[in-house]
Amino acid sequence: MNALELAGAGLRYGRTWALRGCFASVPQGRVAALVGPNGAGKSSLMRLAVGLRRADEGEVRVFGEPPRGANLPRVAFVAQDKPLYPELTVAETIRAGAGLNPRFDTPGARKRLDDLGIPQRKRIRQLSGGQRAQVAITLAVAKRADLVVLDEPLANLDPLARHEVMEGLMAAVAERGLTVLLSSHVVAELAEVCDHLILVSQGRVQVAGDIEELVAAHRLLVGPAGGPPAGSYDVVGRSDTERQTTLLVRLRGPVHDPRWTARELSLEDLVLGYLRAPDAVLAPRPVAL
Amino acid sequence: MGVTLIEFSLDKRSGVATYMQIVQQVEQAMRLGRLTPGDRLPTAAEVVGRLAINPNTVLRAYRELESRGLVEPRPGLGTFVRRSLARPRDPALERRLAAWVRDAREAGLGPDDIRALVESALSGGLIGEATA
Repeated sequence: MNALELAGAGLRYGRTWALRGCFASVPQGRVAALVGPNGAGKSSLMRLAVGLRRADEGEVRVFGEPPRGANLPRVAFVAQDKPLYPELTVAETIRAGAGLNPRFDTPGARKRLDDLGIPQRKRIRQLSGGQRAQVAITLAVAKRADLVVLDEPLANLDPLARHEVMEGLMAAVAERGLTVLLSSHVVAELAEVCDHLILVSQGRVQVAGDIEELVAAHRLLVGPAGGPPAGSYDVVGRSDTERQTTLLVRLRGPVHDPRWTARELSLEDLVLGYLRAPDAVLAPRPVAL
Repeated sequence: MGVTLIEFSLDKRSGVATYMQIVQQVEQAMRLGRLTPGDRLPTAAEVVGRLAINPNTVLRAYRELESRGLVEPRPGLGTFVRRSLARPRDPALERRLAAWVRDAREAGLGPDDIRALVESALSGGLIGEATA
């Protein structure tokens, strides 16, 4: 079962399309990275996923149904600015969460905050950025949502807080079997955390899929200038010097040419390679649709 | 939840996949007798709550250990060590190794030099090694 499916989904603000014809799916239990340049459409995609906006074309499904009505409690959204009421105490924030969400797990939320060492008497404005992020994530988890969408959860946090926020989020994934979609434009820090990728650029999904499969399917080929090596592959990107040619390829079969060396790519290299080649699109359409 | 018996650490520059690092650290702990049959491995939630990695990575490592016959999952309870990899301790052998390492240090060898020598000896590459 897919936690999230985009089937040709698009969104426009007035006459301007922010997203067009997006295809992507995130299987249940995955931690998906939503990456792309600023202004590429990441926030619009998240708004579609959590039902803050309806698609202007195509369809969005969360656990098989549109994200609205009775399906909405299954989705939680943590916006980038972690919008909490600064004058409320942590305990009052939890009570507000319980009042607004039918399935809210108050004891679970209290325990999680205790485990994190966040004092519930304190006002939100007295907390550090990392603690505020932890409170916001605690609310999302306590809502008993099955899909949690986080917009830049690590932005503006120091390295220790980033690590602690990720630890807390991953523990929640392990304990609750959550599916997570989180956006970031720092790809390097996602490599250990995410197992699924949605790369958005210029208002569409450019690459979507399992990160391990994506990495396994691509190589950087380095060889003599001129003709490309024999073999079955698609060229994503290419750079040439007088003596040498470098190709980023997606393999369809083995490449056999002893004059060429093949190197595996990191997730970051892969993302950069596709961003440099905006015409290369690798976002398979789901079979079920 | 029982006590945590071992904690994993990651070397991000090693080039070894994260799940394989966990597999190797469990095997190492078993060889050194720090994990023995019946011991419970930390849960995925415990591991990722310290390492900030994807829980599926931990589950994959545990599946790999299971397929190697080293651990077994018990539903609702956790993943448990099935057998022992620890050899009976040989104090004489350990004393001779400690003495040899001391000699090597005194001869000015660093840890990497010593490791290289041991690796070389293991692969039969040292001059004067007995072949009989």
